[in-house]
Amino acid sequence: MNAPALTLTQMRYVNKAFWRNPVSAFFTFAFPLMFLVIFTALLGRDTIVVGGREVDLSTYYVAAMVSFSVITATYNNIATSLTFQRDLGVLKRTNGTPLPTGVYLAARVFHALLVSLLLVAITVAFGTVFYDSEVPTGATLARLLAMLMIGAASFCALGFAVTAVIPNADAAAPIVNATILPLLFLSGIFIPIGDNAPDWLTWTARIFPVKPFADGVQAGFLGTAFHWSDALVVGAWGIFGLIMAARYFSWEPRT
Amino acid sequence: MTDIAVEVRGLTKSYGNVNALAGIDLQIGHGEVFALLGPNGAGKTTTVEILEGYRHRDGGEVAVLGLDPGRQRARLKKHIGIVLQSTGVDRFLTVAETIAMYSGYYPRPRPVDEVIEVVGLTEKRNSRVVKLSGGQQRRLDVAIALCGDPQLLFLDEPTTGFDPSARHEAWDVVRNLATLGKTVLLTTHYMDEAQHLADRVAVIAAGRIVAEGTPATLAGRDTARARVRYRLPGGVVPPADLGEPPDPDGFVEFAPEDLARALHSLTGWAIEHAIALDELQILRPSLEDVYLELTGAATEAVTAPGVRPPAARSPQ
Repeated sequence: MNAPALTLTQMRYVNKAFWRNPVSAFFTFAFPLMFLVIFTALLGRDTIVVGGREVDLSTYYVAAMVSFSVITATYNNIATSLTFQRDLGVLKRTNGTPLPTGVYLAARVFHALLVSLLLVAITVAFGTVFYDSEVPTGATLARLLAMLMIGAASFCALGFAVTAVIPNADAAAPIVNATILPLLFLSGIFIPIGDNAPDWLTWTARIFPVKPFADGVQAGFLGTAFHWSDALVVGAWGIFGLIMAARYFSWEPRT
Repeated sequence: MTDIAVEVRGLTKSYGNVNALAGIDLQIGHGEVFALLGPNGAGKTTTVEILEGYRHRDGGEVAVLGLDPGRQRARLKKHIGIVLQSTGVDRFLTVAETIAMYSGYYPRPRPVDEVIEVVGLTEKRNSRVVKLSGGQQRRLDVAIALCGDPQLLFLDEPTTGFDPSARHEAWDVVRNLATLGKTVLLTTHYMDEAQHLADRVAVIAAGRIVAEGTPATLAGRDTARARVRYRLPGGVVPPADLGEPPDPDGFVEFAPEDLARALHSLTGWAIEHAIALDELQILRPSLEDVYLELTGAATEAVTAPGVRPPAARSPQ
């Protein structure tokens, strides 16, 4: 079998295992939708000023949860599942078969991208039906899709990289959360951050990949300005993740 | 192709300043079941993982199926099957899905159902891996290693941590492999396992091969002098050529030069004096005796002052 066909076949098995694992299916899939409903129910009637425009918080949350679902489906999902696979010895075993390692990893990345896309579609549909948020079109849509792709790929790479500092499967969830939760809060994913946020907070968040990614996604839904520099920061983090992963990724259990 | 499946000469490997392997020589023929015996940390896994291509050697020559696992690993992978110490299978796939998935990695796989049949998991073919018992998971491990129809199989401690019935299940599978004509290299620290399964055994201790042979002849256990042991009723003393005076429990043990003559005169003497010769036994060194002696001596040699035992930094 050639590499693309092999990747596709491998992806089907990754997909089967993904949906049969209640933990991954729930935390990756149900979580963002659950948050969307809860946040919007609590705060959805308020408005916030973002990029000089006043927007409904329900619309704000649709954009925020789109960002959140892409990050969980890529960063959290890849880091946690690969650490489990590594500790179980699945990675070492696979590394002893003729399957090219690139195919194995690509299958996981493409699967994560597909799950992200599905989640984004569901979140957007949810927002349109229940919260009257608008579906972007034309150039806005094209820029949004570009941002989603750059973001998903970069957070996959960071997911691979972070496994290098996760000593064992028990530590996977705590370390993943410890690295991503502060950034999610700092970047206005859970608690809306508008134009009146303190400067130091905005600038701190801009160094890391979550805020630029969330801003880029926001531009697609809220009609705020889109900056390619945001995509650049996210992409740079992705490349950094890739380099770290290439250097420190381990096929064998660390302990 | 030659008759030699695995050829190792002067293999060395160190971790930091610890010599894990201090010059290993091995030769395994095609179709042979070969057991590498040794205590934990002796270098079994290091040796096997170098042959499998997981680790790089520091020195020596290695040819596995005529290929160098260090430089020709990609080619080698198509012809070998590996069962690692820990079972590593995705828990949410079924047995049949797992086998089908791994089969897809090989150029000439065996039919999925045939592989499942060989390891006796036909009834479980649609069960998820997470639902299998320990013994069944180990059989699945072997099945995965068989997917690509390999010429050579590596089994690293296939039954460690098993209950007796699971061990016997695993042994049946390995014997099955031998009848398929596969070459098998297994590591173990169980004597009975080596005795049951292996055509040939090498004992490894402190990074060296200290003995090699068939389980029956290892380290001259077949030619070692037999000892005769029997029990006498209180107060009876045997003639001088049939052992020392009995110990407090009445046992006498001696190592005759000529076993047949000694037994003849012992039984003759016993009939004459109407002695029952309770618990008469002829003892030869067991594989375990030989093994303990070999590995004990080797371990003592390296734990001499100033030398660190390799077990302290084993890669396992």
